Amino acid sequence: METLGLLFFVFVLAIFLGFELISKVPSQLHTPLMSGSNAISGITIVGALLVAGKADGVVLTVLGVLAVALAMINVVGGYLVTDRMLAMFKARGKNS
Amino acid sequence: MNPTLTNLAYIAAAILFIVGLKMLGRATTARRGNAVSSLGMLLAIVVTLLEQGMAYEWILVGAVLGSVVGGAAARLVKMTAMPEMVGLFNGFGGLASLLVGWAEYHRQAAQSVSALTATWVAVCLAVLIGGVTFTGSMVAYGKLAEKITGKPILFKNQHLANGALLLAVLAVAVLYVLFPAGALGYSLLMVLILLALVLGVLSVIPIGGADMPVVISLLNSYSGLAACAAGFVINNTVLVVAGALVGASGLILTNIMCKAMNRSLANVLFSGFGSAASAGGGAAYQGEARPISAEDAYLLLEAANSVVFVPGYGMAVAQAQHAVRELGQLLEANGAEVQYCIHPVAGRMPGHMNVLLAEANVPYEQLVEPQDVNPVMATVDIAIVIGANDVVNPAAREDQQSPLYGMPIINVDHARTCIVLKRSLNPGFAGVDNPLFFKENTRMLFGDAKATVSALVAEFKGA
Repeated sequence: METLGLLFFVFVLAIFLGFELISKVPSQLHTPLMSGSNAISGITIVGALLVAGKADGVVLTVLGVLAVALAMINVVGGYLVTDRMLAMFKARGKNS
Repeated sequence: MNPTLTNLAYIAAAILFIVGLKMLGRATTARRGNAVSSLGMLLAIVVTLLEQGMAYEWILVGAVLGSVVGGAAARLVKMTAMPEMVGLFNGFGGLASLLVGWAEYHRQAAQSVSALTATWVAVCLAVLIGGVTFTGSMVAYGKLAEKITGKPILFKNQHLANGALLLAVLAVAVLYVLFPAGALGYSLLMVLILLALVLGVLSVIPIGGADMPVVISLLNSYSGLAACAAGFVINNTVLVVAGALVGASGLILTNIMCKAMNRSLANVLFSGFGSAASAGGGAAYQGEARPISAEDAYLLLEAANSVVFVPGYGMAVAQAQHAVRELGQLLEANGAEVQYCIHPVAGRMPGHMNVLLAEANVPYEQLVEPQDVNPVMATVDIAIVIGANDVVNPAAREDQQSPLYGMPIINVDHARTCIVLKRSLNPGFAGVDNPLFFKENTRMLFGDAKATVSALVAEFKGA
């Protein structure tokens, strides 16, 4: 029960932090911000790894491998795409 | 690894996410911010792999598969297709959270461990939010990639059907939490997953393509919350923190976008905006459009001292961003002040136009927002609208009957001359007629955006 209370406490604090972090962002960064935070939501990879790494039986193995693959697409794809976008934002005079 | 060490590493990962998100909010630090956040992810992954009793062979299979697919997709995707790509990634994240919730239930049920009720509630939330995120994102992807119609798909008693579905979801969820054990519990969970998948489809199909940016942003928020719920299922702090951060920041971003359209989130989600029924309210605009040739447009531009480009989705479709940048540079060399005014919801995703113009090497100092340009629009010689429609529709200011009424727009009709590059007089994605095309100071330059802009560039070079 104590773990649950603690988790909930952390959850509420993180929600507030999330609201505060994104209050003032220029609209030109909305797309990279969205895809960058989308990559962070791939954190579910941690859960997927635990499932796949401790799987016994066919069902758990299949679920685990699928979850790892899907979450990994989200993580790797998300970060790379965001980086590709941001690499294109250049100030005047700094050409590629 | 010792649990205290693991937790310390998770805290470090969470800090890296927070700092990374913060840095993502400023143009000068955004790229490093993304790198910082990816470092946090790497740390979380490595620490998890060091957990006791982990077997690696299956992890390797999934991880290699996912990395190759994700990496290739990220490298190969065209910048114009970025919105649907983010939608797709987002859906996969949601599905992964669903699978984690399911797997944890399967494990606990197999070991007949009597878990806390709270765990079953968390399993419910993980599969529910994850499932809605998955199919919702797939439909959004289909609409953006034009694999299915971008128009709202409406049917009789739709709200009633969705309401009934939502009630059914709640009922099944409550039953599952009350009776999680045995075959009954397992079947209830399967029904719940199925209903969640259907709910995702049904809640996104009535939303028009023009509103997809808002939907993707909201689904992004959902995928964070799904990860968060999965964190509660497996009692993992880093999932809860990172998921909640994404959930909250996604909601803020969604809200910013709704404000830019002067509509409530409820209106975006439930009004079927852009369908024939809702668009019928506005008056049909009659009048004579004044076409102009590329040569004449060149003569106007050649004499202009200030030019504002207003790009829209049409520029993305025609892949015209490089030609536009070239024209912009020629105009600057000709002594004109050049700016690119970007509406927050132009394109299919917030900041979509910024990304495209950045790809074409337009310095971001030249990209300005409507509130900076509108007050001085009367002093602008020429506003060039490239494939934008609803975001420059004066009906939003003038016609109370118009479905767009009240949306802040870019007042290109206040410029001395407005040149509209367009393929035809057809209405925009939202299906609303545009009186701009018939205004006295508007000139229509018909044709494919890229071909037209290239023709203008050729005129400049030939001179």
